[in-house]
Amino acid sequence: MKVSFILNGEPVTVDVKPNEILLDTLRLKLNIKSVKRGCERAECGACTVLVDGKPTYSCNLLTAQVEGKEVTTLEGLRDDPIVKELTSKFVERGAIQCGFCTPGFIMTAYALLKSGKELTPENVKKMLEGNICRCTGYKKIIEAVTAAAEALKK
Amino acid sequence: MFYRIPEINYFRASTLEEALELISKLESVKVLAGGSDLLIDLKIRRYEVKNVVDISGVKELSYIEDRGDHVAIGAATKLRALERSDLIKELFPALHEAVESMAGVQIRNMGTIGGNLCNASPAADTAPPLLVLNAKLRLVSLEGEREVPITGFFLGPRKTLLRKGELLKEIVVPYERGAGASFIKLGRRNAFTLSVVAVATLVKVRNGIFDDVRVALNSVAPKPVRAVSVEKFLKSREISMNAIEEGAKRVLQDISPISDVRASADYRKEMSVVLTKESLLRSLERAGVKL
Repeated sequence: MKVSFILNGEPVTVDVKPNEILLDTLRLKLNIKSVKRGCERAECGACTVLVDGKPTYSCNLLTAQVEGKEVTTLEGLRDDPIVKELTSKFVERGAIQCGFCTPGFIMTAYALLKSGKELTPENVKKMLEGNICRCTGYKKIIEAVTAAAEALKK
Repeated sequence: MFYRIPEINYFRASTLEEALELISKLESVKVLAGGSDLLIDLKIRRYEVKNVVDISGVKELSYIEDRGDHVAIGAATKLRALERSDLIKELFPALHEAVESMAGVQIRNMGTIGGNLCNASPAADTAPPLLVLNAKLRLVSLEGEREVPITGFFLGPRKTLLRKGELLKEIVVPYERGAGASFIKLGRRNAFTLSVVAVATLVKVRNGIFDDVRVALNSVAPKPVRAVSVEKFLKSREISMNAIEEGAKRVLQDISPISDVRASADYRKEMSVVLTKESLLRSLERAGVKL
């Protein structure tokens, strides 16, 4: 079946099987490699993308479900000031070790910062609960997101 | 690639009418509202289905409406929309607390309240608050509509009253003026967790007496249940710590937990008593009674 959607601002049409998940379409057909295959069962967050601006697991979403929707991955946000601030703070604060989970964290954190909500370490933690990091132990990630939010306020 | 969704036929419904026609016509069919449960269940082969009807684009099933003496929630309303609704937070804090405790934001952006109920997991978190709120469910098929109390909706694990060709359309939550309600969930950890046991309670108070008491739990029986023994014991009784402690112990007559990967049956029993007491106290506080 044909599915059309907007990927990082550009319209795309792909030929997919009904049981194909968005993660596979992105990685195998559209060369989007920031989206990682982690647990494949909607628990780890490494495959997080934005669908109509909302963080969503691409491993637990049929590509057919995004017909007509806007899908955003890190590739589409390279020049975005929020993402630039987030990535520099992730590096600065040591919030990256192996890096596998990082794109997913950035996508979720981006949606949080974009929402303009007042940030506290508590709601940063709450917002990031659907992303797992096995290296850093979260503290540095929460610090990095909070620091990015503060830097963006200025 | 460890998990693969089996071959399926995918049908996209854009109206309720279309969805009803599809699910009544097709054999071996499942409804996909958000997919947060269904797609995983397909991956792990919990169900053998040939056809999936996607209703996530049916706009007429997604709303939260204040109708004066009740709030109507469309079945395909996303959990995230409920979490962010000031109306839900203000009128039904127990439901708000339950939704907030569910999975992570990525799941709440996909999962729907109707999906949580129709999936009929014994651990469904929206069930206990809706059970104590005496919510009603509007079920619809090509033949017409019927309204059933949520207290009779669940039949067992993954089993509900829904007939072939029938869809949950709306959840009707009556106002409970002057009541205090709360929801407490115990998981294996705080973030992104399934319930080991969760309790919702609702109390109404008059002259130091329990005027009405409702208690419901998940994950401690084949389906989310009301704890009628606790309710009977406390109703019309004078409010005291002793009564609450005695009442909470009665919960053991209403539950039949199993041991599984998340907890042992014994632990669930003990925590059911503890959380029932905690939630009753919190509900009382919200009703203006501090012990």
